[in-house]
Amino acid sequence: MSGTTFYLCLGVVLWLLGLHGLLRLQQTLRRIMAINVMGSSTFMVMVALASRDGHNDPVLQALVVTGLVVAVSATAFALRLAVAHQPRRSSRQSTREPGE
Amino acid sequence: MPAPELLLDLTLGALLLILAVAALHGQRLYTGIISFIAFGLLLALVWARFGAPDLALAEAVIGAGLTGVLLLSALGRSDSDSEPAPIRAPARMLAALLLGVLVLILLLRAVLPLAQGPQPLPALVASQLEASGVSHPVTAVLLNFRAWDTLLELLVLLLAVLGVRQLRPSGQPQPGVWPLLQAWSRVLAPLSVLTAGYLLWRGSHAPGGAFQAGALLAAGVVMLRLAGLLPELRWAYWPLRALVLIGLALFLSIAAAGAWLGDGWLSYPPGWSGPLILLIEVAATLSIAASLSLLVVGERKELER
Repeated sequence: MSGTTFYLCLGVVLWLLGLHGLLRLQQTLRRIMAINVMGSSTFMVMVALASRDGHNDPVLQALVVTGLVVAVSATAFALRLAVAHQPRRSSRQSTREPGE
Repeated sequence: MPAPELLLDLTLGALLLILAVAALHGQRLYTGIISFIAFGLLLALVWARFGAPDLALAEAVIGAGLTGVLLLSALGRSDSDSEPAPIRAPARMLAALLLGVLVLILLLRAVLPLAQGPQPLPALVASQLEASGVSHPVTAVLLNFRAWDTLLELLVLLLAVLGVRQLRPSGQPQPGVWPLLQAWSRVLAPLSVLTAGYLLWRGSHAPGGAFQAGALLAAGVVMLRLAGLLPELRWAYWPLRALVLIGLALFLSIAAAGAWLGDGWLSYPPGWSGPLILLIEVAATLSIAASLSLLVVGERKELER
């Protein structure tokens, strides 16, 4: 079993793990982490395919670099949405300024 | 394949699986997030093992570092720390297992044949590398051959910053600063600036480039901000807005100038591609650093006018 095949299988298994977490878990933060695990496993499949012939495919690697930045942007937005959606913590005095 | 490499692969694979399970199904959310950060660091090791140092750098800074800070700060703002007990119906678990195995077989049948496919792109990139203006193939792809991707990616980053700004983030008082963190960040922040500059400069002929440099700069800013050594990054302060916009603005104007005066949208004039790529990379680094810092540590006061 070559390294490429091994990491292709690992990527698929991790993707399924993330999908299961996304469907099964109830906490928003965990679901966001599950989506991130799915994204990372997709990157793993892409990187494993990029080096399948022994030399690296720069196009696929560049796509993954782009994908990482897009993933962190989406995660930041999703986390902010998740925090905004949650009911305010009782201990925090939510002083809202006038005009909001 | 020699045995030591297989051993490394198996160890990395097993650790990744364990950490992913711990991140998603660990008892406490805090433990899960720490496992997720460790998962990102191990992924960086996997990319390094595949001979993709660009990716390893980006993953270690962005995937593990900044995402970890984001998750931890979201945890600090959220209420519950423990997952509500999942429903443990045997029939459901059996159905999930069956469906999982079926999907696994389908996916493996789809993915594994891809490894035997032809790989024409590396030779194509290598043959055009002379004309691209840089000598590192990944940078050439990012900023010349597939410059559209990078342009749109800067746009996505800008959209994320704007979206976060619209949500009026909850202004939570920062916790007290740990003195050791202040001392450490005074040492580490200049190093992060130095390393970012080095990565940016080297990106044209070796692994490195705008993304990694921008993310490292952002990490330095986040650290200083968390240590309370940096004043609030105010959205009302126009240089900050200019920094967020400069990468996209410069990229768009170069593309438009090419479309108007030159050969076409995003095709650089011959002989000028090297300097133009360097210019775009510097601007993109500043933009990425500013946007990522705002995304990670942008509090209410910082994102409002």
